[in-house]
Amino acid sequence: MRDLSQIRGEFPALEQKVYGKQLVYFDNAATAQKPRAVLDLIQRMNGGINANIHRAVHKLSAEATDLYEGGREAVRQYINAARREEVIFTSGTTASINLVANTYGERFLSAGDVVLISECEHHSNIVPWQLLCERKGAELRVLPVDESGAWRMDLLDSLLDERVKIVSATHISNVLGLVNPVEELIRRAHAIGAVVLIDGAQGIVHQQVDVQKLDCDFYVFSGHKIFAATGIGILYGKEHLLEKMPPWMGGGDMVDTVTFAKTTYAPLPLKFEAGTPNFIGGATLAPALEFAKEVMGANYIEEEKEKIDYLYQNLKAIDGLRLYGEGEGKIPVFSFSIEGAHHEDVALLLDKMGVAVRSGMMCAEPLMARFGQSGMLRASLAPYNTLQECEIFIAALHRAVSMLR
Amino acid sequence: MENRPIVEVENEIIEEFSVFEDWMDKYEYIIELGKSVPMIEETQKTEANLIKGCQSRVWLSSEYRDGKIFFAADSDAIITKGIISLLVRVFNGRTPQEILSSDFSFVEKIGLKDNLSPTRANGLVSMIKQIQNYAVAYSAK
Repeated sequence: MRDLSQIRGEFPALEQKVYGKQLVYFDNAATAQKPRAVLDLIQRMNGGINANIHRAVHKLSAEATDLYEGGREAVRQYINAARREEVIFTSGTTASINLVANTYGERFLSAGDVVLISECEHHSNIVPWQLLCERKGAELRVLPVDESGAWRMDLLDSLLDERVKIVSATHISNVLGLVNPVEELIRRAHAIGAVVLIDGAQGIVHQQVDVQKLDCDFYVFSGHKIFAATGIGILYGKEHLLEKMPPWMGGGDMVDTVTFAKTTYAPLPLKFEAGTPNFIGGATLAPALEFAKEVMGANYIEEEKEKIDYLYQNLKAIDGLRLYGEGEGKIPVFSFSIEGAHHEDVALLLDKMGVAVRSGMMCAEPLMARFGQSGMLRASLAPYNTLQECEIFIAALHRAVSMLR
Repeated sequence: MENRPIVEVENEIIEEFSVFEDWMDKYEYIIELGKSVPMIEETQKTEANLIKGCQSRVWLSSEYRDGKIFFAADSDAIITKGIISLLVRVFNGRTPQEILSSDFSFVEKIGLKDNLSPTRANGLVSMIKQIQNYAVAYSAK
């Protein structure tokens, strides 16, 4: 088993300096850096195995197709989907949610029905449902979070009535970094006959996801947050639901036969993959998930815990700092605000000290409003980040705060 | 009191910034400016005076007296406030024509434009635009 310095060495982006300072990259919840195996594959495909997939009979096309479909198989195994037909490639989490809203939602939601989401959703898991509800005359309902950021499960009974047809909620909020009780949500939603989509944009990176065990109807995530190329996303869906859903985008690759009178569609998964797919992006999922599997190993989890504890203690020690999202099952995503220091100012000063963090609303404006904030700071770690980087970050934060106050 | 030419004030600021060796020193100075600037009245923090395109909230109010424009600015972020205070220092009490004939290049000369994060740079562009918009509006009077 490789140690931390060895896996870190796989990421050339981490070696760079910014403004003459060693980069500390703590914006992993936005996007993760790519390991050499992924970068090499992108290079190899662009530079050699570059041919459109699925249709041509020539050698390059066959190789590119194998790599793309190999990415799909890697995803299937990683999330333990029963069949490859259940793994649809999209351009990202957002596209996956929009696909479900515009196909399943379009067909099966009626006026007066309810879509239930939670208060800690990313805009990507709010707006597609809002648009759908407006089109259908349906109601968008919200499961609130408490002060610690946990879902108010005590309110679930009153929110889940027989009008609820779709539940869409995040596995782990990109702001709060808490693992939500999705198993219970799924069970109780199923009991009233609703289908459940889990937004796994963050969850897939920090949890071992088994879609069959979870029993969710849809699970969606992006490749770029889990070390794969940018622009590839995944929609897992139960086969019987995907079969019932009409196609969304029409075009090449998603068809069986086309005449001007009538078109029949390709079987799953291609039914939902119109046009030339991002075959390079799809292919990169194989090495990316190989890497992800390795860093889910026991010793990395132990090291991660050490970093989480360090950040918890040292952030809380800063006078006037408020953390959002505290409790069991915390992943290394720390959002906070500091009295007397605007998030944008802090982020700007940290940047000049080489530390990359996020500031602002983080695409979760309703959650910002819930906590009375115009924005927050967020430090989010990946397994390749070190304890030493945590120390640099905390020291830089102290300096920034003392400059601003 | 007669105003010095815009270019003279700009050069003075460029001079002040030339002594800083690294970005942290530069920001230390901008933060000091931000802290010392008088804030604008709460009543002036209106939607109309709010500048769009900034991550932080920035207000810029103006008053037209004796053919000159007088600015007051504020922000909930101190660095933004420091930056806009530099703009106010250069362009306060100027005629619309003076403002419209300025190229605002001193902002680049002190390195602010390049070294700001994209959202901040957009905000800075918005601030400059707002000052120019006021000048255009008053020049029509």
